[in-house]
Amino acid sequence: MASHHLKVPKTIKLFIGGEFPRTESGRSFPVVRHGTDAHFAHLCRASRKDFRNAVAAAKAALASWERRTAYNRAQILYRMAEMCEGKRDEFAEVLCYTQGLSNDAAQKAVDAAIDAFVYYAGYADKYQQVIGNLNPVSGPHLCFTAAEPVGVVAALFDENSTLDEITAGLSAIICSGNTVVALLPGVTGTLLAPLAEVFATSDLPKGVVNLLTGDVSELAPQFGSHMEVQAVSVQTKNEALLAELKIAGAENLKRVAPPMQTNLGLNNILQFVEYKTVWHPVGY
Amino acid sequence: MRTTDLTRTGTRQGKNNKPAAKPMLVKRAKAALNIETPTPSARPVTLSFEYAPSLESADIVKLKPRYGLYIDGKMVEPSSGRYFPTVNPATEAVLTEIAEATEKDVDRAVQAARKAYEKVWSKLSGRERGRYLFRIARIIQERAREFAVLETLDNGKPIRESRDIDIPLVAAHFFYHAGWADKLQDAFPGREISSLGVVGQVIPWNFPLLMAAWKIAPALACGNTVVLKPAETTPLTALLLTEVFEEAGLPPGVVNIVTGAGATGAALVSHPDVDKVAFTGSTEVGKEILEATAKTNKKLTLELGGKSAHIVFEDAALDQAVEGVVNGIYFNQGHVCCAGSRLLLEESIAETFIEKLKKRIDKIRVGNPLDKNTDIGAINSKREFEKIQRLVALGKEEGGEFYEPAGTVLPAKGYFHKPCFFANVSSSFTLSRIEIFGPVLTISTFRTPQEAIMKANDTSYGLAAGIWSEKGSKIQKVASALKAGVIWANTYNKFDPSAPFGGYFESGFGREGGRHGLLPYLEEK
Repeated sequence: MASHHLKVPKTIKLFIGGEFPRTESGRSFPVVRHGTDAHFAHLCRASRKDFRNAVAAAKAALASWERRTAYNRAQILYRMAEMCEGKRDEFAEVLCYTQGLSNDAAQKAVDAAIDAFVYYAGYADKYQQVIGNLNPVSGPHLCFTAAEPVGVVAALFDENSTLDEITAGLSAIICSGNTVVALLPGVTGTLLAPLAEVFATSDLPKGVVNLLTGDVSELAPQFGSHMEVQAVSVQTKNEALLAELKIAGAENLKRVAPPMQTNLGLNNILQFVEYKTVWHPVGY
Repeated sequence: MRTTDLTRTGTRQGKNNKPAAKPMLVKRAKAALNIETPTPSARPVTLSFEYAPSLESADIVKLKPRYGLYIDGKMVEPSSGRYFPTVNPATEAVLTEIAEATEKDVDRAVQAARKAYEKVWSKLSGRERGRYLFRIARIIQERAREFAVLETLDNGKPIRESRDIDIPLVAAHFFYHAGWADKLQDAFPGREISSLGVVGQVIPWNFPLLMAAWKIAPALACGNTVVLKPAETTPLTALLLTEVFEEAGLPPGVVNIVTGAGATGAALVSHPDVDKVAFTGSTEVGKEILEATAKTNKKLTLELGGKSAHIVFEDAALDQAVEGVVNGIYFNQGHVCCAGSRLLLEESIAETFIEKLKKRIDKIRVGNPLDKNTDIGAINSKREFEKIQRLVALGKEEGGEFYEPAGTVLPAKGYFHKPCFFANVSSSFTLSRIEIFGPVLTISTFRTPQEAIMKANDTSYGLAAGIWSEKGSKIQKVASALKAGVIWANTYNKFDPSAPFGGYFESGFGREGGRHGLLPYLEEK
């Protein structure tokens, strides 16, 4: 009989500023294998303080990330697709164990997750031309409108969010130069480890993507009220929560984006850009 | 120029640059001091720094004794059995032999492209087409140094340029267009668009692989298949690119490469089963192609010659402008369709500017293109070399004030030409009117912006123009009045896959790059 290898399970922690800390609160919640009582992992139940730390990291990363050339951001997003391909089996295993997907369905979910990285890699240096324009103003002025990232975005996923929805949502936010703090609630939190490893090994600057696990009802008010957060992406169909976030975000006029209609689409980028119109005189 | 992080996940550009020959420099500087200090002299002591040779190794390139035609995913013999040599213009040594494609070979290539279009490529989704282009971009990044050295060997351009400009831009063009493949509908919302079919593309020798990328990448992204003819003097990097296609798993026949001279190109553009022709090259040949395709429904884009004006106003940052003008005309030995070959100086600063320009070109290093310190490499062919010499002689006859660096020593072998200029040139000079395509600048002066604009527009071409001024509104005013497809303000010769490029008037029509560059490869239903 072959020697028996006792598997070393991966500890799943948070991903803040390029590091993998445990929640400062010391709290956790258990996740079981889908459809059974068997233990799979303990996930961190991130606190308000963890969220604030993550926003600080996202804010610090913003200046460098939004100044990168669009081409550079495109290449980094494409690198994520490469890394994701390399971790295909790990992703599939997590999806099978925790969401009860068949292996085929899990592999398809990984395909779609990779598609999302590639799709938004392609858009990083193109959305500006699709949405930007020269304004034919009546007078001796050169006038054009260019899109720019809004800043720090908080992304609230749903317990039923799929892997590809998560990669699409995050890619759409960062491809234009935003940085993001995302909550992967409930069982989706088990995807944090392989996802964070993809981000950590793609030459993405630390802090551009920050991932938390925990409870929507506990953290949603913070997403809404934090003054350094410029926009919130809400990927949960809970209408009441959406309304609550809009009210909480009114204080700093937060942009609150409803769930994506499709994974791949220009609109997912445009939810998180601002338009800048530049006027310049024309004359000797 | 997009030079940042092009190979961020692959080889770092310029890594092999030795940390300069510092000890050597110090030693030589000391030697120079020792000679000059003991002699009491009224003249200031000048240190003469010489660069130690810093040669890029050519070992990375493995050339085959001869190359066939790339048709339907295979290297095949030409039906004529004829081959012709391709030469390293820096040494005049034969590098290898290239197949000469006949009309019959071109027909095979077009058939292969048609089959690939109908059976494979037009049936793939944009996402899948994009996937192949991304792979190609990545492999080019991984093999960047090999491509750069080969380009320098075959073309004669300095390794500094092939390594830092040509090849990174090649990868960028494939990467950029890869991303468009599944977003074409977003680029033209509300319009029903489709691919064209088989595209015949003929490209020049000045940026061999870059022009191949400009042509192939948008064509494939938009769903077409390709037959490409590289220039007869610079086919090697396009042939090496076929290895990249293989490694990327590109289906056979999607890109076919036929080598040869003018007759091969003519056979390609006049082939009845080619749906679109894209040509970059001389205005003369462009007009022939226009005539040859006139009685067909072929779509056509032409990127032709230029005689671009470079205007320097008195309120410009002069030292920066000198650098810009030097880059504008002497980049790539002046073999640039958009070269700023007509310098227009505001009269008040003309004398100062010309003195600065003289000092600057005295320092330009002409020589071995594989030397990392070389600024100007070899003229690509004997034919071009002799043409430049002929035109320089003509310029002297017509009475221009000629200047070339006296101290520059050219290598004994190879086709090398010093950077030079003619001052006090009027619009009626031959040199002001025809494209020289070499390191030769003409200089004239103007007194008002209106005069500068009039002189700049006084040409049958309209590819590019440069403006130097620290006053933004003046730049915009002049830019809006110039009749040229690309205007560079306080910079020159900048290229990016997202920036449309192309000319007005006899510089051709159609644009390459950006959203506008997709249109020539699509048809509206």
